[in-house]
Amino acid sequence: MTPELLEAGSEARSRALTRIATAGEPIFNQGVALYVEDLKVAFDGFQALGGLSFTIGVGELRCVIGPNGAGKTTTMDCITGKTKPDSGRVYFGSNLDLRQMNEQQIARSGIGRKFQKPTVFEALSVAENLELALAGDRRARFAMRAKLSGEQRDRLAELLKTVHLAEERERVAGLLSHGQKQWLEIGMLLAQDPKLLLLDEPVAGMTDEETERTAELFLSLEGKHSLVVVEHDMSFVATLAGAHRTVTVLHEGKTLAEGTMATVQSDEKVIEVYLGR
Amino acid sequence: MKKPLLIAVAVLTLLVPFLHLAFPPGHALHLSEFYVGLLGKFLCFAICALALDLIWGFGGILSLGHGLFFALGGYGMGMYLMRQIGREGQYQSDLPDFMVFLNWKELPWHWALSDSLVGQIFLALAVPGLLAAVFGYFAFRSRIQGVYFSIITQALTVAAMLLFFRNETGFGGNNGFTDFKRIAGMPLNTPGMKVGLCVASGVALIACYLIARALTQSRWGRILQAIRDAEGRVRFLGYDPVAFKLSAYVISAVMCALAGILYVPQIGIINPGEMSPAASIEMAIWAAVGGRGTLIGPVIGAFFVNGTKSVFTAVWPEGWLYILGGLFIAVTLFLPQGLMGLAKRFKK
Repeated sequence: MTPELLEAGSEARSRALTRIATAGEPIFNQGVALYVEDLKVAFDGFQALGGLSFTIGVGELRCVIGPNGAGKTTTMDCITGKTKPDSGRVYFGSNLDLRQMNEQQIARSGIGRKFQKPTVFEALSVAENLELALAGDRRARFAMRAKLSGEQRDRLAELLKTVHLAEERERVAGLLSHGQKQWLEIGMLLAQDPKLLLLDEPVAGMTDEETERTAELFLSLEGKHSLVVVEHDMSFVATLAGAHRTVTVLHEGKTLAEGTMATVQSDEKVIEVYLGR
Repeated sequence: MKKPLLIAVAVLTLLVPFLHLAFPPGHALHLSEFYVGLLGKFLCFAICALALDLIWGFGGILSLGHGLFFALGGYGMGMYLMRQIGREGQYQSDLPDFMVFLNWKELPWHWALSDSLVGQIFLALAVPGLLAAVFGYFAFRSRIQGVYFSIITQALTVAAMLLFFRNETGFGGNNGFTDFKRIAGMPLNTPGMKVGLCVASGVALIACYLIARALTQSRWGRILQAIRDAEGRVRFLGYDPVAFKLSAYVISAVMCALAGILYVPQIGIINPGEMSPAASIEMAIWAAVGGRGTLIGPVIGAFFVNGTKSVFTAVWPEGWLYILGGLFIAVTLFLPQGLMGLAKRFKK
């Protein structure tokens, strides 16, 4: 047999063993929640991601930092299906090929995303916003007759308390303060009960107290969910990362450094990028 | 605010016919046939405005092609009414006059159900629904939004108009259908029939309103509004916006077709002019003037704009288009929420 055939055979075998799928539940048998390899994206000649690779473990809380234009948001766009990468691999668990799936399929498989700019449904009330996010049947036909079950009602009340919006329950979301909108969006994310949460600058526009509470909330989710937090606010990242969690530094669409906060902060390349050369 | 409208529509649809039938002509309380016809027409227009509000006000999708669905419903009904003329036409043939004129010997295939009222009403609702489903599916799947969607719906209705203008499509060319005699064997030209059709239009409007209200208050309606405000977010919650937009678009199209079905026997004519761009744009104006996203507003808007039109086309015919244009500009500039917004402001 020719070497090419042998190679093709072994590739086919590995494919068959992992059963790459484009729908359904992710399988976390290898302890990996998210696997990104050699991701490349260019917009009109600008290389937004130039071969980015990283993995997020199951139940891990990972902070991602990097200067403006480092590709943080583009990475999230690629994971959630908003942007189609030019090349590379993005896997959720060891089986779901996210590049073959669209936004709603990715969301249904268990990835939730918080946008950089808080995006809530302004015309709807706080409770209605959360109701739409609650896990359940997503079909249009079902939505015409859908009613909240008692269980979902309890979950909603619990979520309102978690995000400190119990008193704003009936308020129109458009009238909330910026920080409250951030909280509401985080609440919607939790309502989806995703396995992986992608949080793009979750504390932008929050007061110090709100920021502190947010950090507490995220830390309490660690273990049950995998989290990726992209943030500019260094003190917030330091609080989240603590002494032992991994921080990834992106620069010009690549991973510049990875390690604990202390390691990363003492890395020469990181210092150069952040302080200028 | 919701019940009064229902009551107003119900009272109007009962009172006008009652005043027409119960008091003899010449009596102080007698309302002439003209007003019964006018009310019936307005009720049909109100259904169109309501249908448009469902997708524009709640879904944020401005269709400038709803005149097409209205006209298709009308044509569906018109085909049946043409067959009901029987041999009383100019040429005393079993075929409608225009077919005899074109020297056709038998009915074309798409007239197969035209001697059955039920069958033809079914077609008049199903064809616009199906067209909306197919057209909407491709448009929404390709993520055509905003003004682009408005433009292609407009193009669609113009294309259909050109098609219906042609004699060989079998819809009577530029004359369309007219000279109707009877419906279900009963003559159309009696006070009882006119009143019956007017009341049927009122009932249809109330039914459409109740359906639209139930839909917009359901989770489906909230998702539709969510799509209007932040479509990307809806996708990331795992909903497929195409399914929601498409169902709204189809329901809206079928409502418009229903209005067309009721309109044609009352007006007595249907021709490709109903598919002209202006007809569809006017529907959008009714909804905008009344107040989008309120369901009640567009109903009021349809009555208000058409009432004004009736007055002005009698008093100052050449001025009407200026008035309409001015009204639209005034609403856009000063009353973004239409008459409903104005009413709300006065309440405060």
